[in-house]
Amino acid sequence: MGTLTRAVGQAHARLDGPDKVRGAARYSVEYPVENVAYAWPVPSTVVKGRITRVDTRAALAEPGVLAVLSYENAPRLTPAGDPELFVLQEPAVAYRGQIVALAVAGSLEAAREAAGLVRLEYDTWPHDTVLTENHPGLYQPSHVNPSLPTDTEIGNFDAGYAAAPVRVDATYRTPAEHNNPMEPHASTVQWQGDRLVVHDANQGPGQVQAGLATLFGLPPERVRVITEHVGGGFGCKTMRCCVVLAALAARHVDRPVRLALTRQQMFGVVGYRTPTIQRIRLGADPTGRLTASCHDAISQSSMLKEFAEQTAVYGRPLYAAPHRRTTHRLARLDVPSPAWMRAPGQCPGSFAVESAMDELAVTCGVDPVELRIRNEPATDPEEGTPYSSRNLVACLREGAHRFGWADRDRTPAVRRAGRCLLGTGVAGSIYPARSLVSSASAYAGPDGAFLVQINAVDIGTGARTALWQIAADELGVPPDRVMIRVGDTGLPEASLAGGSTGTASWGWAVAKVCREIRVQIDDVHGGSVPAGGVHAQVDTTADIQAQQTFSRYAFGAQFAEVRVDVDTGEVRVDRLLGVFAAGRIVNALTARSQLIGGMTMGMSMALLEEGLWDPRSGDWANHDLATYHVAGCADIEQIEAYWLDEDDPHLNPAGVKGIGEIGIVGTAAAITNAVYHATGVRVRDLPVRLDRLLGHRA
Amino acid sequence: MRAFRYHRPRDIAEAVAVVAAEPDATYLGGGTNLVDLMKLGVARPGLLVDVTRLPLDTIGTLPDGGLRIGATVRNSDLAADLTVRRDFPMLARALLAGASGQLRNMATVGGNLLQRTRCLYFQDVTKPCNKREPGAGCAAREGQHRDLAILGTSDACVATHPSDLAVALAALDAVVEVQEPAGPRDIPLAELLRLPGDEPDRETTMVRGGLVTAVRVPPLPYARVSTYRKARDRASFAFAAGSVAAAVGLDDGTVRDVRLAFGAVAHRPWRAYVAEDALRGQPATPESFGRAADAELAAAQPLRDNGFKVPLVRNLTVATLTDLVDSHRRAAAWVP
Repeated sequence: MGTLTRAVGQAHARLDGPDKVRGAARYSVEYPVENVAYAWPVPSTVVKGRITRVDTRAALAEPGVLAVLSYENAPRLTPAGDPELFVLQEPAVAYRGQIVALAVAGSLEAAREAAGLVRLEYDTWPHDTVLTENHPGLYQPSHVNPSLPTDTEIGNFDAGYAAAPVRVDATYRTPAEHNNPMEPHASTVQWQGDRLVVHDANQGPGQVQAGLATLFGLPPERVRVITEHVGGGFGCKTMRCCVVLAALAARHVDRPVRLALTRQQMFGVVGYRTPTIQRIRLGADPTGRLTASCHDAISQSSMLKEFAEQTAVYGRPLYAAPHRRTTHRLARLDVPSPAWMRAPGQCPGSFAVESAMDELAVTCGVDPVELRIRNEPATDPEEGTPYSSRNLVACLREGAHRFGWADRDRTPAVRRAGRCLLGTGVAGSIYPARSLVSSASAYAGPDGAFLVQINAVDIGTGARTALWQIAADELGVPPDRVMIRVGDTGLPEASLAGGSTGTASWGWAVAKVCREIRVQIDDVHGGSVPAGGVHAQVDTTADIQAQQTFSRYAFGAQFAEVRVDVDTGEVRVDRLLGVFAAGRIVNALTARSQLIGGMTMGMSMALLEEGLWDPRSGDWANHDLATYHVAGCADIEQIEAYWLDEDDPHLNPAGVKGIGEIGIVGTAAAITNAVYHATGVRVRDLPVRLDRLLGHRA
Repeated sequence: MRAFRYHRPRDIAEAVAVVAAEPDATYLGGGTNLVDLMKLGVARPGLLVDVTRLPLDTIGTLPDGGLRIGATVRNSDLAADLTVRRDFPMLARALLAGASGQLRNMATVGGNLLQRTRCLYFQDVTKPCNKREPGAGCAAREGQHRDLAILGTSDACVATHPSDLAVALAALDAVVEVQEPAGPRDIPLAELLRLPGDEPDRETTMVRGGLVTAVRVPPLPYARVSTYRKARDRASFAFAAGSVAAAVGLDDGTVRDVRLAFGAVAHRPWRAYVAEDALRGQPATPESFGRAADAELAAAQPLRDNGFKVPLVRNLTVATLTDLVDSHRRAAAWVP
């Protein structure tokens, strides 16, 4: 075994790749099911109101239509915490786009047509849908997501800021942004007697199982959720109404039911990143050393539920300053419920903080890489705890070297190529490294093969492959002797795919169970597997409780080079380069995809993405991929992601910090900082569309 | 979706007769716009008459040096045609600036001209739109209208025509051959597509059942140096924020003749006749180009959020004509 090449660190193609490219991998609405019916949701066309009449006659007259469900006739549910899941139970309408009825038919086309024929009458009330910095409804929530303090203060910000010789005070705005995984929310649901069998696209089969069990009053073991392949999540595939609607329909018509949301429907009901208004105040000495920092963040939630984006937490563990304050205020509006979107809090927060740091660098005449290095803290500036590892400075230096940052002329708006202005920008990046409790099982067969099972979920990240690599190394065998199964509530319970915790949490359980089975083979069975095989199951509750107190974060540095057409204001990104320190990298191939995917999404946020709100209709005006622009390959010339080797003993057995989200953090600021360098125009409102630069000709 | 019937006609006459006879029949070309609109419930035809098998898929050269482009020629094929690329590069560039490779493989020339506006409210049946439902009102005027028109608008409608190709064809004085129930007819492209006025639901001057069968492009020797420039938010697969199709004929540094059309500013491709008149006989300089663009855009009536189109189109005009003058200069200096 001494000569065995470690699997961890290798660039393994993902195990599910061949099936996906051949079309053999099944997604949730692709499982063949006998006698399946199709459901089509009816969204509310009013904003705030109450249904007074549901007229289904025309819909039911359509050939092939089996039923129309509404609050009047849908099976009753038990509330499961999230009001967004309590669908078709009440006549009240909280936002436009909320699902108010569901047509079910023997064909997709008939269901769609019938949905359009459902006539609803409403009583309506005036609505209030626009977030402003002085909205009278702004309040201080008791905590922000997931369970963090709303406000923090260390030292005395007001005094520190008043005394600072150099100050930056700027307000930044980010618009609503919509998660758009390629696969929509999609479910195939079958009632088998009193058992519920669900194929569902989600980020946590265990969460969906628990949610359905509560809603339908079933013991969890009678709900099986199978989630073998998921076409992307980005946060919006934590449990949503789609699977509940399908289960209601299946019960009502007593047939299996399929339901896939349309792209248009997704804009209404699956959540979005809240718009933010962020005021940053930085006080510093003339060399750029921070003495005071304050981040005041405003965001919105719906009338249905409080969702408090943790925007201002971004800077809490990042840069040193003796006097510091962060606040969050929230307005509940008659809008769809915002939800998780890749790097919630950190992503919009980083845009404001990393932009303000650039403004401070300009004000002080200090190189922006150097400015960040000068504000490196020794310990977490709010918690006072040591970092398990902190390599922001190393990322900045490595990135500056690779990017060719040295000798950069800081003067804005002086570099030209034809009719374009050129500029470069930098931003820092941080994301929490957390581990959640999970369990896993392993079986060693007498033939030398191993089966490792865990109800993890691979939403297209390569998680399945990473766990397989970790398992092989822990078992000390070549990976081709290991089989891994994920994505089924019949497997040992595991945490959901979110917060970049997957590989850390699941890898912990997988590593532990593999070590356990080796111990059993060696110590109990004398080094060989008996005819009946060896089985082991573990969970990591005690391990995670026993963790020492550290500030655990991944860090990164993002560099961007842009060109801005002086005639049109068009911004094009010539180059993006990111260097990350995120613990051990398990799979060099899928890790790179995660990082450049995050960076691309950050560029998309910087330049393109914007949910256009129409206050009169109380609805998104754009709700498809033709009118909500997401970056494509043509939008970037060159994109590079690198990582530093980081051996952090305070994380988890796999030594990983998680890489699903750090790539999007800071990217937008790196780009707008480069736009400033190119043009001298500071864009504080995203996205940087051409009209925001037009009229600022150099 | 509404169930519909599908018919594949044997010839042009039958196609026109069938569509003219059935009030809810419509022609199907590449389907790249119509099928989307059917899914959205904006278009609800009861009968689709598929014209893609009719013999309208060839590109021919006319005796006078012009082109005759069949209505069902696919966008990709037209963009790749060597004569088009040599004699009318603005056409090829306009085509390649539009949509995506997959869509261009499907989309036809006739369908491209008759595609519908991408106004956000036209495409959403839950919101008012005078074009979709006459008299319902216009939600765009006070709503999200950054992409919409600044020229030739009406109180009833501020939609834009989304085509890139049509802008280049307008600049080239293209003539559209249509087959109507009463027989064939030639309509200048500039007259085929209407401004909205009080009837934004009426988009063309064809009679009901009319079928575009071909587009003729008259010869224009100086269009060998011509181009189409499109400004947009996303680098590819995005409609124009503003665009310009341009060709300029020079005599010794003076504008002898010029063709100029703007896209994404009006309910139809906007031929900039005022600017063209202002430029003939003037020195071919950025200053002249800017004055001419200003003269054309003096009529602009921007909405709350689309005023940027005025400087955008002005800048595009100056930059594009300046580039063309440089191209002529380089071509003149070129010795094989």
